[in-house]
This record gives sequence, C-alpha cells and structure tokens, in this order.
Amino acid sequence: MTQDLSRRRFLIAGIASVAMVRPAGATPEAMREAIHKLVGTAVVRPGRVKLVVPPLVENGNTVSVSVSVDSPMTAADHVTAIHLFNEKNPQPYVIGVALGPRAGRAALSTRIKLADTQTVIAIARMSDGSLWSDSADVIVTIAACVEDVH
Amino acid sequence: MARALINVPPTAKPGAIIEIKTLISHPMESGYRVGLNGQIIPRDIITTFVCTYNGEEIFRAELSPAIAANPFLSFFTRATVSGTIAFRWTGDNGFSVSESAEIVVE
Repeated sequence: MTQDLSRRRFLIAGIASVAMVRPAGATPEAMREAIHKLVGTAVVRPGRVKLVVPPLVENGNTVSVSVSVDSPMTAADHVTAIHLFNEKNPQPYVIGVALGPRAGRAALSTRIKLADTQTVIAIARMSDGSLWSDSADVIVTIAACVEDVH
Repeated sequence: MARALINVPPTAKPGAIIEIKTLISHPMESGYRVGLNGQIIPRDIITTFVCTYNGEEIFRAELSPAIAANPFLSFFTRATVSGTIAFRWTGDNGFSVSESAEIVVE
C-alpha cells in the first residue's frame, strides 16, 4: 500500500515537472483574444481568403506560408490589411501587413516559425470594413522557438 | 551591416502587376530561447518593413518573433511609372537597413 502510494506520488511529481518544463505558450483562447483585440465585435466570415501552408512540416523553424485574397483591388473595393495568427506559439500574433489598391493583387508570402502542431488563421480586412478568414492545420515534427541552444 | 536581397523586375509594362521579393539576413531571435548559461536570449527581431514606390508607401509589414530567421517577404504592386522602389527594415537594438531598386516602365 505504501509502495503503491509512493509510486503514485512519483507519477504525479513526474507529470508536474513535465508541465513545468513546457514553456508558457499561447493557447487557442489567447489567439481568440488577440483576434478579438484586432477586429472587436465585427464578424469574421470564412471565405475569399486562401491560406496555403504545407500540411506536414518537418522543421517548425521555417514554414512557408502564403496568403492570397480574392479581391478586384480597385479604389472602391480592395484589401487594406492581412493578419496572420497561430494557436500555440508563445505569442498568437504572427504578421500584419497593410496594403492598398495600388498592390494590384492581394497576396503575400513569407516564412514563419511554428512551435507545435496547430491551426494557423489568416484574416483579411476589406476596404468596406468586412473581415474574411481562412485557416489551415499544420502538423509540426520539430518545433521552433522553444528549443535550447547547445 | 545586414545583407539584403531584393528581386524587382528591371522593366515592366505600364499597369502591369509585378512581384517583389525581399530577403534580409537577420537572426530573428525570438526572446523565448534559453542559451548555454540558462538565461533567456534577449529578443532581437525586425519589427517593421516598409516599401515605397517613388516615395509613396505601397506595402508595410509588422513582424513578430514568429517570423523565421532571415525574413522573406513577397508581395505585389502595380508598375505605374519609372522610378525607385525603396525598402526599409527596422527593428530591435537600432536595426535599420535600407535598399532600393530601379524599375523602368515603358
């Protein structure tokens, strides 16, 4: 009985230490909060945005991401901003870009870091104030950001 | 001095949509990694990128620690008149690099 208890205690201690080692990262709630801070109470609808991320990445230190938005890019109807969020990096915000009708095409490519297998969300703001989004699930085998330097 | 690579087509037809690609050497240290001494390595990132076409701002990006080292950005613009497309990266610890490219529109 006592042996059983100590084993249990050992197990609990083990779980606790694992939990402590994991750095405090963003959570899906933190991402929702960050998005809320950006858009306020406005409705973000799915569609018009196309987010392309490889579904499986080996190295989270460099992940190619491209976002394109379906928009005529005229003075009357264009994309004013594109924002990118993630769920589980230490910070939910990835990049925000400002563009205008002069861009001709609302598209962006960059490379980002991903700390874990997670969902990435792109949000585009149109000149009429409407918000559109797309999301992509990414499986990451080697995480970025949190590894130690040896 | 950080090395920056930019790719702008040297010539374009008026009104054509051109792709601009930029790459700059920078560690983009996130501020979340632990170094050999057990201390957190301080954040050192590029925070802002601005592109201007003959002085008019056409593209701006706010970067976060989640951008990979040696930030790469590609975007589009409409070629209107011949002139200079200028790029400026600014960031932590007074980081500031400017580059420019000439484009002939005819």
